[in-house]
Amino acid sequence: MSAGALDRAGAGRFALPLPLKITFGLLVLLAAAGAVLLPQNAALLLGGLVAAVLVAFGLGRAAGISDRWLVIAIPMLWLFVFFLVPFLVLGRISLSEAMIARPPYSPLFEQGADGWEYAGSFGNYQFLAEDPLYASAYISSIRIAATSTLLALLIGYPLAYFIARSPEPRRSILLLLVILPFWTSFLLRVYAWIGLLRRDGVINGFLMWTGIIDQPLVMLQTDFAVYLGIVYTYLPFMILPLYANLVKLDGALLEAASDLGASPILTFFTVTLPLSLPGIIAGSMLVFIPAIGEFVIPALLGGPDTLMIGRVLWDEFFSARDWPVASAVAIVMLFLVVVPIMWLQSVQNRQEGAQ
Amino acid sequence: MTKLKLAVSFAALAAATPALAEGELRLFIWSDYITDAAIERFEAETGIDVTVDVYDSNETLEARLLAGSTGFDIVVPTGNFMARQIAAGVHQPLNKDMLPNLSNMDPALMERSARFDAGNEHSTIYMWGTTGIGYNIDAIAERLGADYEVNSWDLVFNPETAAKVADCGISFLDSADEMLPPALAYLGLNPESRETADLEAAAELLGSVREHVRYFHSSQYISDLANGETCVAVGFSGDVFQAAARAEEAGQGVNVWYAIPQEGAQVWFDMLVIPADAPNVENAHRFINYLMEPDVIAEITNYVWYANANRPSWPLVDEEITSDPAIFPTEEVMAKLFTSVTADSRTDRTMTRLWTTVRTGQ
Repeated sequence: MSAGALDRAGAGRFALPLPLKITFGLLVLLAAAGAVLLPQNAALLLGGLVAAVLVAFGLGRAAGISDRWLVIAIPMLWLFVFFLVPFLVLGRISLSEAMIARPPYSPLFEQGADGWEYAGSFGNYQFLAEDPLYASAYISSIRIAATSTLLALLIGYPLAYFIARSPEPRRSILLLLVILPFWTSFLLRVYAWIGLLRRDGVINGFLMWTGIIDQPLVMLQTDFAVYLGIVYTYLPFMILPLYANLVKLDGALLEAASDLGASPILTFFTVTLPLSLPGIIAGSMLVFIPAIGEFVIPALLGGPDTLMIGRVLWDEFFSARDWPVASAVAIVMLFLVVVPIMWLQSVQNRQEGAQ
Repeated sequence: MTKLKLAVSFAALAAATPALAEGELRLFIWSDYITDAAIERFEAETGIDVTVDVYDSNETLEARLLAGSTGFDIVVPTGNFMARQIAAGVHQPLNKDMLPNLSNMDPALMERSARFDAGNEHSTIYMWGTTGIGYNIDAIAERLGADYEVNSWDLVFNPETAAKVADCGISFLDSADEMLPPALAYLGLNPESRETADLEAAAELLGSVREHVRYFHSSQYISDLANGETCVAVGFSGDVFQAAARAEEAGQGVNVWYAIPQEGAQVWFDMLVIPADAPNVENAHRFINYLMEPDVIAEITNYVWYANANRPSWPLVDEEITSDPAIFPTEEVMAKLFTSVTADSRTDRTMTRLWTTVRTGQ
């Protein structure tokens, strides 16, 4: 290597762009935190990963790959390690059969008479199709998630609109109030609803004290409680994207509509609502997707007949101890969630293309 | 600069790697299931450093055991779970030469627990109890009359009786393994049967009372019984006693008690076992032997209110506990208790599916 090349390589190594420096710093912090917090093996794994990333960067830069690609490489690597690899593992388990062993599923390749033979099958997926339980659990999950999303939209839209139209100091305070519940654990907030909804809880106590009812209402362990829990928990995810969209709405458009003789209601439905569609879509996705796989809320607030796919998954994994069928259930659910996202995304892209 | 940071992070890694000292023992046990005093005494006597981690469900424990190495030296699964784990090769056989205190164990109980582990080759009993009915004394008297005695599964499995108490809240354990066998017993079938037709009949019985069941959950009933949110729970003996103690502490006039139904009830055993890949096998044996010392286990029973299987320890246990037939059943009741084992995947699947039908009506 010539002296000039050495110089360039040396200069390159120390003249890292800021985003890369920040990323490296975060990676090293992550490794240090992992080393302190994680058990031995996991810490070594994490340390190894971070080291591999840093080495890959060094090699990449030496090979003259542009920084832009290197920056993109980090999220890609993240997705690969924490999404794609687990997904492939899940897919692989779903092709096996359950057995009493460790790990509790059959190997994918078996030593046959003439070498290794592929022993996987789609039997578990067939099993899901044969038993109507799974279809009704998927449908019921989608129904509960869709209804909750609609309710969250109906409640969240006026709230977001009101916040977006509020004058400044008040607007920030209102936004803060929307985010405030996140400072308490999600689990604790769902537990708090148990205290509110129970037979001798706050709500029944108040209603009986005012004389509106004379027998306590059974609200806990009903579908009502599940809807309430989901809408309550995910409402901020609806409000925030809607707010971000509505706050950018150009007031001049509303004035123009008014000048042209449109009533406020007509203006809302022909100007505000169509323009806020990207916010509605983003908010709906953020509510719908976590709601469909929700396990904790129906487990704590729901009744015995609240059938959701999260619970079915739990049963397959822990009660039937059938990891392969559980994996198949999870993969089918992933596709059920991914398809609507892709559809919504394409709608959104068309919207943006049209503007 | 990058190199320096890298060096720092690796130094941090090295520092965090725990030294595997000779005198170590890692115990993975149910929450609130052993006394600090017992651990401290063992540490003082042997110089072994004991780390205790806790879990709150057999499922959690089992998922960790089946996934791979856990690093634990002793775990305490319930019998039916342990049977599957042994079949999966998760646990190692005990070296009985290192466990002279095994002679303290009650032969009749050990014979029962051998149903889960042939010859008790891998395990010994830690605590045991029954799955029966916990109830709110006053709420039942109010609805079924002051002279109604809770002594039968009829209270929860007969739709007519269940309907009368449904308004104050009935809860069932959320587990096919715990609920199907008593339903079989109530129907007069063999509670240990795993024939599909029998299981279906049991599931049908449970389905017929489903509308009267407020919820299916395996621990929620402890607090709900204690504060009067529900009035009848099919539950584990020790959990119901915990509810009774909490109700008494709260002083809100809620009186909870427990009954072993006359048709018979399921006995469960929490077993001490050593995982196959335990790092400190010798220390694990020493600790298990220590837990079979009569005075040690008697002290723990006095704290957790569960029966142990250590005969010479019974005179050392508080009279209040040993004289309670709900904790130490009489010979007559003992004869009616059953132990059921499910150790094949097909039956697991059938029972889980039937249970989903019971729970959701689907």
